[in-house]
Amino acid sequence: MNTKLILNIALHLLRARLKQTIVAAVGVTFSIAMFIALVGFMNGLNGLLDGLMMNRTPHVLLYNEIKPSENQPIFLSKEFKDKTNFLGSIKPKNIGLSIYNSKTIIAVLKKDSRVIDVAPKVTLPVFFNTGTIEISGIINGIDVLSEDKLFKISDNIIEGKVADLLQNNSIIIGKGLSDKMLLTIGDIIKITTAKGNLASLKIVGISEIGIAEIDNTMSYTSLNTAQKMLGEPTNYITDIQVNLYDIESALTVSKEFKDKFVVDAIDFKTANSQFETGSSVRSIISYAVGFVLLTVAGFGIYNILNMMIYEKMDSIAILKATGFSGNDVKWIFISLSVIIGLAGGTLGLVFGYIFSSIIDLIPFKTASLPTVTTYPIDYNPIYYVIGIVFALFTTIIAGLFPALKASKVDPVSIIRGK
Amino acid sequence: MENNTILETIGLSKYFYDPVKFQVLKEIDLKINHGEFISVVGKSGCGKSTLLYLLSTMDTDYEGKILIDNQLVTGKTDKELAIIRNEKIGFVFQFHYLLAEYSALKNVMLPGMKLGKYSNEELEHRAMEHLKTLDMGDQALKMTNQLSGGQKQRVAIARALINDPVLIMGDEPTGNLDKKNSDLVFDIFNKLTQEENQTLLVVTHDNDFAERTNRIITMEDGKIIS
Repeated sequence: MNTKLILNIALHLLRARLKQTIVAAVGVTFSIAMFIALVGFMNGLNGLLDGLMMNRTPHVLLYNEIKPSENQPIFLSKEFKDKTNFLGSIKPKNIGLSIYNSKTIIAVLKKDSRVIDVAPKVTLPVFFNTGTIEISGIINGIDVLSEDKLFKISDNIIEGKVADLLQNNSIIIGKGLSDKMLLTIGDIIKITTAKGNLASLKIVGISEIGIAEIDNTMSYTSLNTAQKMLGEPTNYITDIQVNLYDIESALTVSKEFKDKFVVDAIDFKTANSQFETGSSVRSIISYAVGFVLLTVAGFGIYNILNMMIYEKMDSIAILKATGFSGNDVKWIFISLSVIIGLAGGTLGLVFGYIFSSIIDLIPFKTASLPTVTTYPIDYNPIYYVIGIVFALFTTIIAGLFPALKASKVDPVSIIRGK
Repeated sequence: MENNTILETIGLSKYFYDPVKFQVLKEIDLKINHGEFISVVGKSGCGKSTLLYLLSTMDTDYEGKILIDNQLVTGKTDKELAIIRNEKIGFVFQFHYLLAEYSALKNVMLPGMKLGKYSNEELEHRAMEHLKTLDMGDQALKMTNQLSGGQKQRVAIARALINDPVLIMGDEPTGNLDKKNSDLVFDIFNKLTQEENQTLLVVTHDNDFAERTNRIITMEDGKIIS
């Protein structure tokens, strides 16, 4: 087939109908640009919100859950083994919050090639004392360096530095707490643990997550300080947080760890199922809008090509008479729509990028993420690839029907009709 | 003698179905030799145009057989027929059917570009030569809408000649032309048969034109009567 000649004819036909061609291409440009901007923005937002969640949630969390023992004494009895047993008034078993053999578990996990890092944690409920007032709260005793590596808590520290927690008896408190108790960096805060132990810690930083409930109660200290306050040894760990390289494997890995280390394990998806739903719904909406826009553009192309065929009946007839087959004529019209799609689509990508850049410049301040100052945009190249493939697909489909029609034009009836 | 036949039909019949079944052509057997200048005449509706379009391979809905250059074309695919038309047949119609998007020269070159036998430069040269012999050399680069009716028809003839077809078919090629242009077209056709041994088959109403050709096929009611 003579591709060059066919393209040449297609280009000449387009040039003769330049205005309509531009209108058709602009339709494609507009829809692709909107699609790119929309998807980029939506996914930027998704990334931001997912980041909010992921900064607080480990991929896999190992802990001890308070629950009744799964093996009740009656199950050991041979006599009642095949019977249905009804048990009443079962109480949860006190196995303690501390993870048994935590040091070994951490050592094993750190050697695991799937694991980015492990962050042990001690959570303890406390009362913060100021004057006669007691405010209940939670202290997280963290391994400062690995916690910051995994959860970027320094992003949420508005005053002070995370590294200062490495000093003995230091604490970072939430902004809500500091406002209520009129405390700033350098002040000493008095703390009573649930078991009645007293401690005085020096404030080295203020954090703000943007959720009042958390900012009012949450505070951070080092693992050692937390263990000391509880009067527990250094192997007292209540949570082991694990981040994985392959985030999708979290569910299977959590099950594996659960059996291997005989602890409770939960993956981030199970812990935050509502986030996942929100993200996917937003993605679906942006793809649906993009699809609708392109469909409309596709109808425009269909119309214009159809009109062109009626206008160019004579030309089609003579092309066929002088030796162009139906197939050649079909390819002429398909190339017409591909040219429109390619030109419109490429321009659409450029405009989409420009729109995205403009949105990226709009100021957007959120208390939860002090590092974010403008609207988030995801510039993932895959959206641009989807955009151009989408544009070509719709235009080819829109061009296909007129092209088939043109290929079936009977030259005899046109020529004899004159 | 067999080798000198360019076009042959065996028992060619054609029906129209709309509004009622009607036989337009009745078992036509025809033989045309190389270098003949033939005109087909007859009253309106006698089937002469229909016959021409069957012979042109554009209309494939018929009974019987057609051989072009001793090659059976009946039953060939659309693509094969397009190649035959491109290579072996040139057309001149009553209306010029030039593409308004191209210059006169490009219009002439188009079937040649499709054939792809010559390079573009060579093709341009050949197209120019054809236009020059038709006295159109100075109009070659004009767009077709800037040409007069007679000029357009001459461009259309040049287009029909570009691939050196063995067979040139015309459907009232002089129908829209005045006496002067009509004579010009006849002279060109006559020269082609005599100098290039090309075969011409022209459907016409113009009796003067027909009289001067070397064979007249007269049709009546779907049959060749002489």
